[in-house]
Amino acid sequence: MKTFMKILVAGLLLVSSTSLFASKNRITMSGSTTVLPVAQKCAEAFMDINPKINISVRGGGSGVGIASLIAKSVDIGLSSRAIKDKELATAKQKGVNAVDNIIALDGLAVVVHPQNPMTEITIKTIKDIYTGKITNWKALGGPDREIVAISRDVASGTFEVFKEKVLGGDKTKEDALMLASNKAVATTVQETPGGIGYIGLGYLSEGVKALKVEGVVPSNKTVQDGTYKLARPLYMLTNGTPKGLVKEYIDFVLSASGQKLVSETGYVPLQ
Amino acid sequence: MKFKDGLFKYIALFCALCSVIFLFGIILSIFKEGYPIFRIFGVVKFLFTRGWYPTHEEASFGILALITGSFVVTVGSLIVAIPLGVGSAIFLSEIAGFKTREILKPFVELLAGIPSVIYGLFGMAFLAPFIMRLFNLPTGLNAFTTSIILGIMVVPIISSISEDAISSIPKELREASYALGANKWETIYKVVLPAAKSGIFASISLGFGRAIGETMLVLMVAGGAAVIPKSIFSPVRPMTSAIAAEMGEAVVGSEHYYALFGIAIVLFVITFFSNLITESVKRKVMRAQNL
Repeated sequence: MKTFMKILVAGLLLVSSTSLFASKNRITMSGSTTVLPVAQKCAEAFMDINPKINISVRGGGSGVGIASLIAKSVDIGLSSRAIKDKELATAKQKGVNAVDNIIALDGLAVVVHPQNPMTEITIKTIKDIYTGKITNWKALGGPDREIVAISRDVASGTFEVFKEKVLGGDKTKEDALMLASNKAVATTVQETPGGIGYIGLGYLSEGVKALKVEGVVPSNKTVQDGTYKLARPLYMLTNGTPKGLVKEYIDFVLSASGQKLVSETGYVPLQ
Repeated sequence: MKFKDGLFKYIALFCALCSVIFLFGIILSIFKEGYPIFRIFGVVKFLFTRGWYPTHEEASFGILALITGSFVVTVGSLIVAIPLGVGSAIFLSEIAGFKTREILKPFVELLAGIPSVIYGLFGMAFLAPFIMRLFNLPTGLNAFTTSIILGIMVVPIISSISEDAISSIPKELREASYALGANKWETIYKVVLPAAKSGIFASISLGFGRAIGETMLVLMVAGGAAVIPKSIFSPVRPMTSAIAAEMGEAVVGSEHYYALFGIAIVLFVITFFSNLITESVKRKVMRAQNL
């Protein structure tokens, strides 16, 4: 999937570079790899409707996205965190009025094997499991079975939310499994009786059991109303309120069809 | 006509030189991108400490666990592949009749043609859950499962090259052995195998290079925990899977990015030496055969 995306991005770059002369019909964006799939999917759909417009989407991370926006090298900075005060100040200095447009929400579900008797968990317990303080389900009132902590790769956007909302400043234990995709985490939890993992809300399936976190069921609704704690907004930052083509694109992302792509990508739509 | 001949010569020369250019280009670029991590983090600390936390606030880039992971699954896979590969080579070249051989050989060769991602899928979906239940383990994604599948993948390499080596042993040697009263097994064990040992060794070292460089399969099956394994049933994170899983999302020019290229350098050096050994053994075999 990742390579496929890279090919797509590379293809897009190629297409967009051939039409350098038509730069008025061009939108550029870069930033968070978490937001990238949404931006990419929406860009494809948007270009299908408006064939004359070229959109180039690049990754690099939230920091890069915001920095590029401030440097005016992109029209949209993709970010999975709010802009920091320091960045806002730099932007002001350079005459950039960074406006954060929330385009989607990202929620993490904590999942276990369907036969696991647990139904809810606290954020502190999740942290204790992933840092290695709790290693057996017995300690949590379950059967005498070793806990297999399953995590996403440390460079992924999913891990980033987990780090921010659960781990705080602590490190995961060394023997936590590190898997390359949400799908792989879901499959592994499904097949591992002692497994616990976390995945984007969009990847929830019948095969795994999502736990209530701090008493709240993970769902689009609880993420939208802010009661579910393992969630965060995703941003498209623009210089000033969006206008022209950029406005058209962001309006598309916020439209019903754009938000449908948001949920297809595994994130939570705004409404 | 003469001009065409000359032109063709230069085109062919250019093609041959391309490999050299590519090789040096690759070496140059991975060393250029990987070198900074040795300066920032220190060579010794990079190679010989544990703790692979590349995105943590106090990041640490010790790849000892990754190197260990790579070697554990590679050695494990060779333990599986050497007996199977050499055994099937002996059967195909010494024991099997013409017909059996013609039927069996394509199957071994087909095994070599299966893309590694399919081995990975098989391991993830079938073998890992099976191993987990069989040994009552917390997880089936571990060094043991990886070694088995990786071993199966390496079998055809060891088998086909060993078979070439065994087949190229002159018939006279075998006849001399039989004339001295040795039976078939004694002939294979005491005459043919020792005579073919360089070729067999070359096949093993080629298999080693293939196993240590394999990426997709280990990414899917090894579990990915950057830990020095306490047992063969512990999950591991081989070097290749760390690069593959993290490069896509590492920020260009960050310490993490340099560290991944640093791993690439280590991997390159290891495979370079294993290839060097293979080549020198192969030369030796070829020279011996010409004599």
